[in-house]
Amino acid sequence: MGRTLAHDVVVIGGGVVGVTLARVLSRYHLDVVVLERDAEVGFGVSKANSGIIHSGIHGDPATVKGALEWPGNVGWLRLRDDLGFGFAQVGELLVALAEDELPTIETIEAQGRRKGVPGLTRWEPERIRRAQPNLSREVIAALWAPTAGVVNPYEAVLLIADNAVRNGVTIATEQPVIAIDPPDPADPGGPLVLRTPTRALAARYVVNAAGLYADEVARMAGVGTFTITGRKGEEYLLDKRLAGLVTSIIFPCPTATSKGTLVTPTFDGTIMVGPTAEATDDKDDTTTTPEGAAQVFAAAKRLVPAISERDVIAEFAGVRAVADTEDFVLGATARRGFINAAGIQSPGLTAAPAIADHLVEVLHDEGLALREKRDWRPRAEHPVRFAVLSTEEQAELAARDPRFAQLVCRCELITEAEIVDAIDRGARTLDGVKFRTRAGMGRCQGGFCTWRCLELLAERCGLPITAVTKRGGDSWIVCDRSDAAEAPDPTAEAPGTTASGIELAAAGVPADGG
Amino acid sequence: MVLTAEPRNLASRYDVVIVGAGPAGMAAALGARDRGAARVLLVDREVEAGGILLQCIHAGFGLHAFDEEITGPEYAQRFFEQVLEQDVDVLTDGYVMDVASGGRVKLMSPSVGVTGVDAGAVVLAMGARERTRGAIRIPGDRPSGVMTAGLAQKLVNLDGYLPGRRAVILGSGDIGLIMARRLVLEGVEVVGVFELLSHPSGLTRNVVQCLDDFDIPLHLSTTVVGIHGRDRLERVTVAPVDDDRVPIMAKAWDVDCDTLLLSIGLIPDAELARTVGAQMDPLTGGPVVSGTMETTVPGVFAAGNVVHVNDLADWVSMEARVAGDGAGALATGARRPEQDIRLLPGDNVAYVVPHTISSDRPHTVSFRVRRPIHGPTLLRLSDVHQRKVRAVVPAEMVTLKVAPRLLEGFHGDVLRVDAIPATDDRAGEDPS
Ligand SMILES: Cc1cc2nc3c(=O)[nH]c(=O)nc-3n(C[C@H](O)[C@H](O)[C@H](O)COP(=O)(O)OP(=O)(O)OC[C@H]3O[C@@H](n4cnc5c(N)ncnc54)[C@H](O)[C@@H]3O)c2cc1C
Ligand SMILES: Cc1cc2nc3c(=O)[nH]c(=O)nc-3n(C[C@H](O)[C@H](O)[C@H](O)COP(=O)(O)OP(=O)(O)OC[C@H]3O[C@@H](n4cnc5c(N)ncnc54)[C@H](O)[C@@H]3O)c2cc1C
Repeated sequence: MGRTLAHDVVVIGGGVVGVTLARVLSRYHLDVVVLERDAEVGFGVSKANSGIIHSGIHGDPATVKGALEWPGNVGWLRLRDDLGFGFAQVGELLVALAEDELPTIETIEAQGRRKGVPGLTRWEPERIRRAQPNLSREVIAALWAPTAGVVNPYEAVLLIADNAVRNGVTIATEQPVIAIDPPDPADPGGPLVLRTPTRALAARYVVNAAGLYADEVARMAGVGTFTITGRKGEEYLLDKRLAGLVTSIIFPCPTATSKGTLVTPTFDGTIMVGPTAEATDDKDDTTTTPEGAAQVFAAAKRLVPAISERDVIAEFAGVRAVADTEDFVLGATARRGFINAAGIQSPGLTAAPAIADHLVEVLHDEGLALREKRDWRPRAEHPVRFAVLSTEEQAELAARDPRFAQLVCRCELITEAEIVDAIDRGARTLDGVKFRTRAGMGRCQGGFCTWRCLELLAERCGLPITAVTKRGGDSWIVCDRSDAAEAPDPTAEAPGTTASGIELAAAGVPADGG
Repeated sequence: MVLTAEPRNLASRYDVVIVGAGPAGMAAALGARDRGAARVLLVDREVEAGGILLQCIHAGFGLHAFDEEITGPEYAQRFFEQVLEQDVDVLTDGYVMDVASGGRVKLMSPSVGVTGVDAGAVVLAMGARERTRGAIRIPGDRPSGVMTAGLAQKLVNLDGYLPGRRAVILGSGDIGLIMARRLVLEGVEVVGVFELLSHPSGLTRNVVQCLDDFDIPLHLSTTVVGIHGRDRLERVTVAPVDDDRVPIMAKAWDVDCDTLLLSIGLIPDAELARTVGAQMDPLTGGPVVSGTMETTVPGVFAAGNVVHVNDLADWVSMEARVAGDGAGALATGARRPEQDIRLLPGDNVAYVVPHTISSDRPHTVSFRVRRPIHGPTLLRLSDVHQRKVRAVVPAEMVTLKVAPRLLEGFHGDVLRVDAIPATDDRAGEDPS
C-alpha cells in the first residue's frame, strides 16, 4: 500500500462509542481523528442516560446488542482499572410483583447463565427485605445479579477521551460532518473525503458513530441502508437525603419495548428513577414532560413506595438511537472503508468497550494494520478533586499553587485550579466545566459560580464573555449592554490544509506500512 | 469605593471570628468590639465586604439605621468604615470551609492558603441563597437564559452585562421586582411578572415603584408551566392556577422571551450551622437561636439572613449587633446566663426569631405572618404584651419590642405570638 497522507481512521461522533473506539485505536501506530458536531465530546445521549453497566443477563445473545452486553460489562472493569473513574458494582435485583412474572425471571436467569454471567441467585422475600427493606411488600421474588454496576457516564467518557488524546488521538469539536465525497473514479481504492462546514479531511477508514444521526451520515456515504428513530427516556433525580433508599439497582420485569422504570442508586449517591421509553419524531427532543413524570413515579412507587415526586431535584431526558432492525448496526458496508457503529440503543453504554473491540477487528479485517505502540499509556491522569482531600493535602496544594485556595464553586467546593485544569483538558462551555468539575451542580445551581466560570472560560479560550455558551450553538449566557455583540468568526484557516482544501495527516506520522 | 482590606497578619487566635461580611457580619463585628473583644476577624468569600448589598444599587436602605434613604453599597460603606476604625481584621476572598465545635475555624484564601484559626466565639453571618428552578420543577427544555433574579442582578449591576433582551420574571419577590425595573432601565423588554400566589410576595413599595411606575404587568395566581428552547430560551408557557394552586392548562398561553428570571424566594445559607451540629428550625430554614442569637452549639452565634430571611438590611444590622455582643461577652468572660422562655408561632405567624428570650434584658422579636390582614391587626405576645398595627403582609417582617418590665409578672416558660385581626374594642392602645 505504501505511504499515504490520509488520516488512518476518522471517527464521526464523540459519544461513548466513538471515544472508546478512539482510545482502543490509540494503542496502535495510527493517525486517528474524532470529529464531533457539538462543542464538546459526550454531550449526546452518552451523558443523558441511567449510567448503568448492565449485569449481562438482559439481552438475548442472538442479537448483536444482547451478545455484546456481557463482554461490555467485563470491558468496563478493565476501563475502570485503567482510568479509575467512579464505578461501583452495586448489583441488581430483578423483581417480580406477581405470580405471572415468575416465568420472566426464570427465562432471564436461564439466559444469563447461558451467557456465562456469574453469581446469579434467586432471592426469597425474606432475603429481599433484609437487603432492601424499602422495597414494596408486593415483591414476591427476585433475581440477584451482582455484576451490575453504576458509573458516572460523563466522567467516564471524558477520562476515556482524555486518555485517547494523551495517546495521540485528535478530537475536533464543533465539526459536524455534512458531506462525504463520492468515491473518486480515478482512485476507487483511495481515501474517503469528509466535509464539515470549515474543513475537509481525507481518511482511509471512517467509522460512523454519529448516534441519532448515523443514518444521515451513512446516506452521505451512499450506504443509507437503515433508518434511525428516536426513543426518548426521561429520568428524575431525587434529593440526596434519600441516599440509601435502595443500595442496588431495582429492575421490574421487562416489557417488549423497554426494561421498564428502574430505581438506581447512582454513583454519586443520589437515587435516580426512570427512564420512560417514548417514540419521538424529533431526535433532539430532550424535554421532560408532566406525563413522563407521572408515568415514572407511578412505576417507581410500585417498586419503592417511599419514592415521591416532591423529592425531585433535577430531571433530564435522553433519546435512544433505534435502528429499524431494533439492533445495533455494526460492521463494514458496501462503501469501501466506511464502517458503521450505528443504532447503539440501550445497552450501548454497557456494550461500548465490546463494540470498540469488535470494530477494531472489523477494521483489521478490512485491511488496517495494527502495530502496537511500545509507549501506549493506558492510565489516566486524574483531575484533582480538592473537596475530597484531607486538610493537609489541601494546604499543601494551596501552598504550591494559590489557585487551589481560590474558591469558585461554594456548594461543591471547587477551586480555580480545578476549573482551569478542566478548561485545559478541553472544557469549552459552562456545561463542560460543570460536568467535569461539578461546579454549578450543587444547591445554588450556579448562582455563585456562573460568573467566575464565565470569566475563566473567556480568559483561557480568548473569547469575549458574550461568546461563552452553556453548551455550544446558540446557548449564550449574557449579552452586551450595547446589544452589539458580534459572534467571532470561526472560519480561521486550519493548519495542514492542501490546495484542494483537504486536510491531511500531520507530516511525520508513520502510516502503517502494509 | 473598594471594601477590601488584607489583614496585616492573620493571627492564630481570635476572640471572635465572623463568617460573612454582609450587613450582619459587619454589625456583629462592631457589636463584638463594643463588648470588649480585642481581636475580631471578619471573613468573606467575595473580594469585597458588603454581602448582597453591593449589588443592590437602588435606594431603600438605612431608613432605620441612619434615618435617611441610601443605596446598598453606601450602606455597606458606612458600616465598613466603622469596621476598619474599630481595628477589625478583615479577610476578603476568604472562604470559611468548616467550623469545628471546639471553635477551630478552617478557611482558605489565595493570600493565606488553607489554614485554621482558633476562635473564642464564632458568628455565622452567611446570608441566604436563592431558590432555583430545581425547587419548583418546571417541565420542558433546559436551555440557557433561565437564571435566578439575584444572579441577573449581579451580572447587570456588578459585571456590566445583560442576561438577555426580552425577559419574563417568575415570582414577585423583591429581587424580581427590583430586577424588572432595572432591566427596563437597561433597555431590556420585560414582558411581565408572574406570581403563583394571589398576592405579591415582595414589599408593596416595590410593586408600586418597580412595576406600576414602569407599566410592567403583574399576573397574580399565574405560573410558568413550560420552558421551551433548545439552545437558548425561546418561549415559556404560562397558566393561571386554581384555588389549590393547580395550573389550569386549558387556559395556558405562550410568551416569547429569551430570559426567565426566577424570584421564588431565599433560603438561609446555613450549611455551616448544620455541619457544626446546631439545631435547625424547619420554619425558617436557619438555626434555632437564643435571645443573644446563640445557636444550640455553645459559642456559635448566628445573625441575619442565615437565621431568617429579612426584608430590610437595617433589621439585619440590629439583630447582628446582638449576636456580636453575645459573642464578645462569651469570649471576654462577661457573659450572663440566659433564661429560655420559648417563643412559639401562634395564629397566622409563620415563624418567630429568636426562639427563646430572657426576662432580664430587652429583646426585639421578629416574625412574619402567613396571610395578609388588610386592616387593623393585633400583634400579641401571649397575655403579656400586645401592639396594634395598621395591616400586615407576609412580605413585611414584623417586630415586637419586649422590655424586661413586661415579663415581670410572667413565670411560665412559653410565650405565644399571634397576629390576628383587631376587634375594635379592648385592643385600642399601642403600648410599645
Ligand atoms: C434515558 C436513557 C437511559 C439509558 N440508560 C442506559 C444504561 O443505563 N446503560 C446502558 O448501557 N445504556 C443506556 N442507554 C443507552 C446509551 O446511553 C447509548 O446507547 C449510548 O450512550 C450511545 O452512545 P453513542 O456514542 O452511540 O451515542 P452519542 O452519545 O449520541 O454519540 C453520538 C455523537 O455523534 C455526534 N454526531 C451526530 N451527528 C454528527 C455528525 N454529522 N458529525 C459529527 N458528529 C456527529 C453527536 O453530537 C454525538 O455526540 C440509555 C439511553 C437513554 C436515552
Ligand atoms: C435584591 C435585594 C434587594 C434588597 N433590597 C433591600 C432594600 O431596598 N432595603 C433593605 O433594607 N434591604 C434590602 N434587601 C435585604 C438585605 O440586603 C438583606 O437582608 C441583607 O443583605 C442580609 O444581610 P446578611 O449579612 O445576612 O447577608 P448577605 O448580605 O447575603 O451577606 C452574607 C455574606 O456572607 C458571605 N459568606 C457566606 N458564606 C461564607 C463563608 N463560608 N465564608 C466566607 N464568607 C461567606 C457572603 O459572600 C456574603 O458576602 C435586599 C436584598 C436583596 C437580595
